[in-house]
Amino acid sequence: MGNQQFLADKIRTQEYHLNMGPQHPATHGVMRMVLKLDGEEIRDVEPVMGYIHRSIEKMSEHITYKQIIHLTDRLDYLSSHQNNEAVALLVEKATGIEVNDRIKVIRTIMSELSRIASHQLWWAVMGMDTGALTTFFYGFRDRELINDIFEETCGSRLTMNYSVIGGVRYDLHENFVKRVKDFIVHFRKKLPEYDQLLSNNVIFRKRTEGIGILTKEQVIAFGMNGPTARASGFVCDIRKKIPYSAYDRVHFEEIMATEGDAFARYKVRILEMWESMRIIEQLIDDIPEGEFKVKTKAVIKLPAGEHLQRVETARGDFGVYAISDGKKNPFRLKFRSPSFANMHGLNKMSEGTKIADLVVNFSTIDVVVPDIDR
Amino acid sequence: MTANKTIITDFLVDQMQMPVDIAFWVEIVVVAAVYLGVFALLGLFLVWMERRAAAFFQQRLGPNRRGPAGLFQTIADALKLVSKEITGTEKRDKFLYTIAPYFVIVTALMALAVLPFSQELQAFDINLGVFFITSVSSVAVIGIFLAGWASNNKFSLLGGMRSGIQMISYELSIGMVIVAMTVLTGTLQLSEIISFQQEHGWSIWSGHIPAIIGFMIFMIAGTAESNRTPFDLVEAESELGSGYHSEYSGMNFAYYFLAEFVNMFIISAMVVILFFGGWLSPFGITDGIPYVGVFWFVFKTLGVVMLMMWFRWTFPRFRIDQLLTLEWKYLIPISMVNIVFMALVVWLGLTF
Amino acid sequence: MTNTELKEVIGSWSENLNFVEEGSEFLIVEVPAAELRKIAEKLKTDANTAFDYMFSLTGVDYGEDLGLVFHIESTTKNHMIELKVKTSDRENPNFDSVSDIWPAAYFNESEAYDFFGIKFNGHKNLRRIFLDENWIGWPMRKDYKDEFNMLTR
Repeated sequence: MGNQQFLADKIRTQEYHLNMGPQHPATHGVMRMVLKLDGEEIRDVEPVMGYIHRSIEKMSEHITYKQIIHLTDRLDYLSSHQNNEAVALLVEKATGIEVNDRIKVIRTIMSELSRIASHQLWWAVMGMDTGALTTFFYGFRDRELINDIFEETCGSRLTMNYSVIGGVRYDLHENFVKRVKDFIVHFRKKLPEYDQLLSNNVIFRKRTEGIGILTKEQVIAFGMNGPTARASGFVCDIRKKIPYSAYDRVHFEEIMATEGDAFARYKVRILEMWESMRIIEQLIDDIPEGEFKVKTKAVIKLPAGEHLQRVETARGDFGVYAISDGKKNPFRLKFRSPSFANMHGLNKMSEGTKIADLVVNFSTIDVVVPDIDR
Repeated sequence: MTANKTIITDFLVDQMQMPVDIAFWVEIVVVAAVYLGVFALLGLFLVWMERRAAAFFQQRLGPNRRGPAGLFQTIADALKLVSKEITGTEKRDKFLYTIAPYFVIVTALMALAVLPFSQELQAFDINLGVFFITSVSSVAVIGIFLAGWASNNKFSLLGGMRSGIQMISYELSIGMVIVAMTVLTGTLQLSEIISFQQEHGWSIWSGHIPAIIGFMIFMIAGTAESNRTPFDLVEAESELGSGYHSEYSGMNFAYYFLAEFVNMFIISAMVVILFFGGWLSPFGITDGIPYVGVFWFVFKTLGVVMLMMWFRWTFPRFRIDQLLTLEWKYLIPISMVNIVFMALVVWLGLTF
Repeated sequence: MTNTELKEVIGSWSENLNFVEEGSEFLIVEVPAAELRKIAEKLKTDANTAFDYMFSLTGVDYGEDLGLVFHIESTTKNHMIELKVKTSDRENPNFDSVSDIWPAAYFNESEAYDFFGIKFNGHKNLRRIFLDENWIGWPMRKDYKDEFNMLTR
């Protein structure tokens, strides 16, 4: 011990800065992290955002609520349906539009399908970030099936634009029920493969367990949310807390973990895929009959005041906060994005870890960069 | 130094009436040219094989358009790389930056020279064969380290730093496994190692338990030595972009790329020579026929190569401290004990 | 706690607070800028309120005033309020930073600075978080002139 102290006094190491990004495979898009390093050890992480800032909030102040829905796709493109739904629900709640059960059920099924698709993509990329390249193709193989279902019903695969104020844009395709059922059967067989390939791999376990630990208190203080926060034991699922659409009539569990490390975050997302399938199975068999879109006025004006709608996207608690002055466009519209909130925890997670751990931690937060930059 | 009687010198001296000294030098040039050709083709073939294997593991097709089963795809890629501009960072150390790839490629080529492809086909059969391969391939780390240093890029530097740590550490356990196997076979000459196995059966059989332990250590350390997943920290594309060769382009990059694959072949060939009888056929079924050994040697080596590819497409990557823990806390002690164990086995005559 | 109870508890801390219950589903607490930190600390630490989770921080340009809206939530009591603070100083608007009380405000305060030019005293690294460092003006303000914006009517 004394010898080590002697060496530490004698041998000075120099801290240096490293720019990770904006074009770097681990940042999942255009983001930059300024790392302060000592050798391989991280002393400080400063995320530099804004490379894909498109001023969506500013644009929203000039357009109508119907048009705003189209912009929300571009926030978190992997949860585009939930984002659409958030604005639609906000306007419906504020103006008192009642939607029927069919619409609610369709929206819920779509939300859960896109949650699965998002988690599949996350899993695929998570494997890549730890160095296991094969996961990428496994994840995309199954995600393709969901995208096909989306494409058949709403004509697009990623930015869906499916929810509109007062309903959904098109009725379900006639193959929809059958294909969703086929997918569930298929994916119930394939999801255990994910565990075989990655979750139970000893190297992967060593890379993730005990890495980037956040306690429940820290998670709450940082305002984090979604699966990332639930892995630390913070009960924050909006689907349970403030049920919207058809979530009040389905039985599912809020997946929780208490370890708060990278593997807990990983585990929560894998288990959430199982729960999402459970939700879909409860709804898919009897989708109520009815209109797929209720009649709304041509020009929708929100009553003056403040409105807030929260939904649970694949990344967490997505909030739309609108201040209206009674006109057809909002006075101020704020998108409270879950990825942006989750970025607060990154520095704490990375304390005393190595570059390789930063990549793993960043991957387990599961950010979508356009969602941060808005 | 006098020329051995080989087919080429025989032909040149007897048929072409060439003086023996000149024939000797001509032979060297011819063999070198042949080996260069083999080297290039081998590299290209292994790249193709890697891509097909990856595609197989990942449930996709892989290259299948150019030539039969896409065999010519890598040739097209190589032509593209040759025609590309060689770029680099502005403030690089130009001299070191330029020579660095040659360290890697030349050492890979030198190690290839001593491999016994069959009883008749070995370019350079020195009595320190195994020693030669390990010492030559440890020079390769200089090339990688220089590339990381001279590129003047922090990602490259990190890659180079990691390669220094990793390759030097894992060389130790490779060396110790070789010592253990030398205790069994009693020679360092590659052809002698194989003729020992011709008498006593393949080492993995005749050396049984210590040989199997040695084989496992050698596979792990060999994978680390050739910088492949799960030990590809040197490149670590999700962490360092592409590590030490981030700033290399065109042919300079291709040198690193080819050398990686040829090194993998050499490590696999070492495994085959040390444990699986080199060019010997199973149960001696074709031992009498000349040059058939080439088939068995390449066949077995590609089998081991396939195993390494299987590793790569299945495992995630280690972290740097885990990598060192594995080597210094597990592999080195085990391989040290293994030497003693092997010596005991040989001393007590417990070999088959 | 219900809005009325919250109103009672929070109202007892200071006389300068203004409560609004119309126009929003949550209780709106309007705080004078000088008392922001004091009230924020109290809101977080008081056992009755225990607002430990900052849901969002929104900068708003009300036309004449610049303001902030904090949506704060209690994870133990499951209630939420809006905390509002305003200033009429458009030249040099500044508030006390609450990023040490709710670390979640750290990037959000930078965002408010970036879009509205609101400065935060005591923030560790206040910077243009989304826009370029050399950007001139505060784009989310109502009086910001953007000749390239085709959407303006």
